[in-house]
Amino acid sequence: MTAAAAFFYLFAAITVASGFMVIASRNPVTSVLFLILAFVNASGLFVLMGAEFLAMLLVVVYVGAVAVLFLFVVMMLDVDFAELRQGFQDYLPVGGLIGAVFLIELLLVVGSWAIDPGLVHGPLAVSPGGETVTNTQALGLVLYTNYFFFFQVAGLILLVAMIGAIVLTLRDRPGVKRQDIAIQNARTQADAVEVRHVPTGQGVEV
Amino acid sequence: MTLWEVLGTVLLVALKSVALLVALLVFIAYALLADRKIWAAVQLRRGPNVVGPWGLFQSFADLLKFVVKEPVIPAGANKSLFLLAPLIFATLALAAWAVIPLADGWPIADINVGIIYIFAISSLGVYGVIMGGWASNSKYAFLGALRSAAQMVSYEVSLGFVIVTVLMCAGSLNLSQIVRAQDTALGILGWYWLWLFPMFVVFFISALAETNRPPFDLPEAESELVAGYMVEYSSTPYLLFMLGEYVAIVTMCALGTILFLGGWLSPIPFAPFTWVPGLIWFALKASFLFFMIAMVKAMVPRYRYDQLMRLGWKVFLPLSLAMVFVVAFVLKLTGLAPVS
Repeated sequence: MTAAAAFFYLFAAITVASGFMVIASRNPVTSVLFLILAFVNASGLFVLMGAEFLAMLLVVVYVGAVAVLFLFVVMMLDVDFAELRQGFQDYLPVGGLIGAVFLIELLLVVGSWAIDPGLVHGPLAVSPGGETVTNTQALGLVLYTNYFFFFQVAGLILLVAMIGAIVLTLRDRPGVKRQDIAIQNARTQADAVEVRHVPTGQGVEV
Repeated sequence: MTLWEVLGTVLLVALKSVALLVALLVFIAYALLADRKIWAAVQLRRGPNVVGPWGLFQSFADLLKFVVKEPVIPAGANKSLFLLAPLIFATLALAAWAVIPLADGWPIADINVGIIYIFAISSLGVYGVIMGGWASNSKYAFLGALRSAAQMVSYEVSLGFVIVTVLMCAGSLNLSQIVRAQDTALGILGWYWLWLFPMFVVFFISALAETNRPPFDLPEAESELVAGYMVEYSSTPYLLFMLGEYVAIVTMCALGTILFLGGWLSPIPFAPFTWVPGLIWFALKASFLFFMIAMVKAMVPRYRYDQLMRLGWKVFLPLSLAMVFVVAFVLKLTGLAPVS
């Protein structure tokens, strides 16, 4: 057994085990932490396949940002998991059905490849430059030449989603004092302080 | 490859790692002392001066003190996560050093995506903080952890764009290649700190926020949160948190040295200066950045939380994004873009 195979089985075993623990663990925070472990090991698998750029992106994006927000939300919510588990019997058929569909699809994908390797070609062709370019360059070449339009459209959709989320949550409530740093910095002594001469015994009009 | 060759490689990497680790920890010990001494000097105090001549052994005395003390685990804490958090924090901070080239050809792992590796590892550091804060089962620790998570995620964005600008100029994700790209006849004037000066400033300030250093040390603002996420920690677990924090700071100094200060290169690119080993230049530059960070701690008052978020999202993010565009246009129009 080569070293690569040994590492593959290590990472794959931990990924599967932590994937199982995500649904099996009682505490939601532990679930998210196991999910993170699964992500990290999946990125290890990417490294073994020679896709080190994707591996690092997986860690940066999913582990470093997305999962942090998961953890953030799960910690803030006071979820009573005993209550959530009560409906287990009711949801079992639907869950089992979805699981079965996924299993069958996976089997079909692997099966079609096993029956006729020539069936899968074209879009699955790997890195355009072969061995001469690093996979960062290969990814960039494919993404920004062949699929440039789709890339831009995906970016636009994300932008729309982001603006939508902001529009939904941004409320301009009256009576709330907001700070405007520019206005604060533009204040001078002349428009903030007024010196008045107060005659003794008479006072001044305010 | 035979089994013996594999074992030999493993042993060599292990030896290199141990050597780097020891050197790094000694450097950290004195960086910690320097931090306290600089802080004291600004405030006209003497700083630690009892253990050894001029207090030179203070950090080692502190280490001994932390190790022999009793670790206290709060009654309501999640015990395994509570102890796992500082371990994860310190280990991740140290792991980033695997790819840092201290001199030409010196990194333990000279990987293609070195810079993203460091970025990924430093973005994982936030888990140690969140886990520690949550597992402590204490309000102060939890609030500190939440603040820290938001802060680190926010400043990672602008840090990422700073790295992207440097990458566009250097044309490689490999840390050694980034340093070599700065090796011009101009010496110190050819490094990126001058050509990308606004980005250097953004990087420096984001590095302060990313490592929870003053003036952005809100996660552990002692006037509000006692000590933030590490309030329940004592003894060795606390030591690991503190160690991880300082390692992260020195990592940021090293990263700044590589990205903007020409790594191991000599500032004056001719004979008597190029004879000095690259490691010495690297250490000098990293120490200079550490001195700057220490001075910021001594001089700048702490930011308020909303000011911190405003600075990250409303100032640094648009600024660094605009710089990415500007640099890309300039590189393309002048034909300076590196060809691969």
